[in-house]
Amino acid sequence: MTQNQSLFFQKFGITPNELQRYLAEALSAGGDYADLYFEYLTSTSISVDESIVKTASQGISAGCGVRVLAGERTGYAYTDDLSPEKIMRAARTAALIARGPAKTPLEGFKENIRHQLYPVASPLAEADIAAKLALVMRTDRAARAYDPRIVQVRAGYFDEMRQILVIGSDGTFASDVQPLARLSLSCIAKSGESSSRGAAGGGGRVGLDFFLTEKTPEHFAHDAARQAIIQLDAREAPAGEMEVVLGPGWPGILLHEAIGHGLEADFNRKGTSAFSGMLGKRVASDKCTVVDNGTLPSHRGSINVDDEGSPTQNTMLIEKGILKAYLSDKLSAKLMGMPDTGNGRRESYEHIPMPRMTNTYMLAGDDSPEDIIRSVKRGVYAVNFGGGQVDITNGKFVFSASEAYMIENGQVTAPLKNCTLIGNGPDALTRVSMVGNDLQLDEGVGTCGKEGQSVPVGVGIPTLKLDRMTVGGTAR
Amino acid sequence: MATHLETISGTDSGLRRLATDVVSRAMKRGASAAEAVVREGTEFSTAVRLGQVETLKESGSRAIGLRVFLGGKSASTYSSDLTEDGLQRLISGALDLAKVTSEDPYAGIPEPSQLGSLQSDLQLYCDDVYALPPEQRIDYARRAERAALDADPRLKNSDGGSFDAAIGYKILANSHGFVGEFRRSYCSMYAAPIAQDESGAMQRDYWFSLARTLAKLEPPETVGREAARRTLRRLGARKIASTQVPIILDPRVAGSILDNIFDGVNGDAIYRQSSFLAGQLGQKVAADNITVIDDGTIPGGFGTEPFDGEGVPTQRTAVIENGVLKSYLLNTYTAKKLGLRTTGNASRGLAGNPGIGSGNFFLQAGDRTPQQIIGGIKRGLYVIEFLGFGVNMVTGDFSRGASGLWIENGELAYPVEEITVAGNLKDMLKNISEIGNDLEFRGSTAAPTLRIDGMMIAGE
Repeated sequence: MTQNQSLFFQKFGITPNELQRYLAEALSAGGDYADLYFEYLTSTSISVDESIVKTASQGISAGCGVRVLAGERTGYAYTDDLSPEKIMRAARTAALIARGPAKTPLEGFKENIRHQLYPVASPLAEADIAAKLALVMRTDRAARAYDPRIVQVRAGYFDEMRQILVIGSDGTFASDVQPLARLSLSCIAKSGESSSRGAAGGGGRVGLDFFLTEKTPEHFAHDAARQAIIQLDAREAPAGEMEVVLGPGWPGILLHEAIGHGLEADFNRKGTSAFSGMLGKRVASDKCTVVDNGTLPSHRGSINVDDEGSPTQNTMLIEKGILKAYLSDKLSAKLMGMPDTGNGRRESYEHIPMPRMTNTYMLAGDDSPEDIIRSVKRGVYAVNFGGGQVDITNGKFVFSASEAYMIENGQVTAPLKNCTLIGNGPDALTRVSMVGNDLQLDEGVGTCGKEGQSVPVGVGIPTLKLDRMTVGGTAR
Repeated sequence: MATHLETISGTDSGLRRLATDVVSRAMKRGASAAEAVVREGTEFSTAVRLGQVETLKESGSRAIGLRVFLGGKSASTYSSDLTEDGLQRLISGALDLAKVTSEDPYAGIPEPSQLGSLQSDLQLYCDDVYALPPEQRIDYARRAERAALDADPRLKNSDGGSFDAAIGYKILANSHGFVGEFRRSYCSMYAAPIAQDESGAMQRDYWFSLARTLAKLEPPETVGREAARRTLRRLGARKIASTQVPIILDPRVAGSILDNIFDGVNGDAIYRQSSFLAGQLGQKVAADNITVIDDGTIPGGFGTEPFDGEGVPTQRTAVIENGVLKSYLLNTYTAKKLGLRTTGNASRGLAGNPGIGSGNFFLQAGDRTPQQIIGGIKRGLYVIEFLGFGVNMVTGDFSRGASGLWIENGELAYPVEEITVAGNLKDMLKNISEIGNDLEFRGSTAAPTLRIDGMMIAGE
């Protein structure tokens, strides 16, 4: 997209001259850098519960955030009114962070060549609400039809179209139109006294077609229903340290929690991460190579440019077990003298950008998944997860398996309930002894929270074996 | 440094008119019922780290949400675009959307007789949170952090200190003629020091104070010193072997069990049969000594509002009384689904249908001091943090990561980490054997120290 095509120039009548004026105001008390982040977001959400459409909503939010950097200091102000007076006032407020003679922003903007990872004019915006609704109803029907023991289904569809424009005092000019869609459901199965739940979903930076051709409502519905039915017969998980095998795809949340957050540059710049000062050191077994890749076409965590206008990259984080890089934004890159990896992201114009993951995954190894399972005498095979959490400073992370099985003498046996895994980030991956040849990315449901800001992310792993991990069940 | 802001002063008749106009325009366009909410807010936050200002953030926003009904069909829209063009789209968008949704016989806004607003002074607003000049806000944050770092030489680094304040204004109007409005203020202070031991291992914890007025905020030094104490006690943590011993939850952690109880009595989960407490009204669900109250009417409370998200006055509801489940928490829709009366617990964002929100939700204090409870345990675990999301509300299965302090002969002996605590909420509520006298509100949910027996701890 060129400058002239941006919605902000067309709809809101913003001109390049005005942008220069806002930046000049933002730097009126000095500072090293200033930027403007314009955002126009439309969203649609539909939910079906008890087989009827209970919620349908649409919304629009628009605004501009002004940021001024001065050394390690950040001044920030935003407005949801895009009139010149309000943007000027936000610029004046953000400028208060600096104290010194005024600086002049670079004249003229240069637009970076950037990726084209998803359709620019996505069909999402124009797609008929009825077509979206039909997807959700189909999901509901498919889950109920899977098994008569499925007694409750809640299915939902959500999409958004985010248009952004980022202007920086260093001449940065970047705009992007970012579609995002998700179809998901949760269901409850009951049989006698036993009840259980299952959940599934997916999507990405895709149009409605994706749910008609690639991942259909039936695909997600059957997966959720299958999990719920299996869980009806689940037994208590064991408690204690044992071998753990993680299935491919979404269990990659392990990487996200165990190491991903700990490698975000802001924590390392401040020395508050358990990974601080470990660049070039071994943090994983030599079978582990981990990347953060914001450039995968259509994937949920992908973006053409980050929220500071920098192109996203495929960043090697861990190569054969050695820590290679931190994930950086402009501020941390400058202060640490390291490259900006294009990971500066924010939830919305109301938020200050910071280093965030995009799609974080481990590259495939040589082992077949069957051999990995066969190698385990007594352990846990975890194939689906709820959520996870990490304490960056001491490295402890937790994640909860929503679908897991015992492995006994090389065979997958009983389903387990109530199974939480806990470990220590800096040494969890040193215990990886086998890496499968079956890398998968998750289906597109992940949302990552950090300091109160949520952004969509992707994760992935091949089948992995960890020689020792604490399983938090109730059975002895 | 100087700044000035448009603060929200008194009633904003313009925004009030906006809400009622949008409702009447939706009705004229054919809606059978309509409800609009307007929110306006101003916030600032100040963060310092190692004594230096790290961020200053300051802003305001306003937006409107509309819910319309066409008989049993409903839909909602929201927008931050309050121009005539934006409002036009808001109204027609909602009506168009409602046409394609399903007929739901239980949908609707409350009956006129149920609507109303508490008239007493709820002490939710004090403009002093905005009175501080920026230098003093920074000073609050700095003093909290400095008090934490000065407490001990092992506190070598910091995630910073902060001071935040916000003012919010909310108007709700519906087609039964209800118009309610209130303002709220908020200020908070926070410190998060990082401690390091000889081996280089780091631990972080935090403490905070929050209040509706500056006058009730604790001194920064108190906040900083408590943050230091909480951080230092984690240094040198080790793993322990798997075992089954009594656990004690510190009030902050006990509050998370209250969150689980809230989720369990949430009307949405009840009618969907997705709660372990569904269908148990009138039955024993907890130990005899357990009484859990939801009260949206406590003056100055963080869960206090004069009316709920649908315009129903808030109330005091005994949820569990002496171990017996007395009431679910309901809005209009869930009450109709269950054949009960709303408890005034509707919560409403800008978009979507109202959900269920808590008032001030708390477990009534007992008479034991925390020291007495710890002193009564020979071997056990004092839990200071839960990590992760391992709670299954359908079954009550509970398995969460934990950090804590090992109890040996009635005394806190050493810190432990990288363990999990597991059980089932149904059993846990019945196995609460002791309740502390230390109930204190730091937010809308609160619990005193609790002792729970019979849980499994997984470690090495």
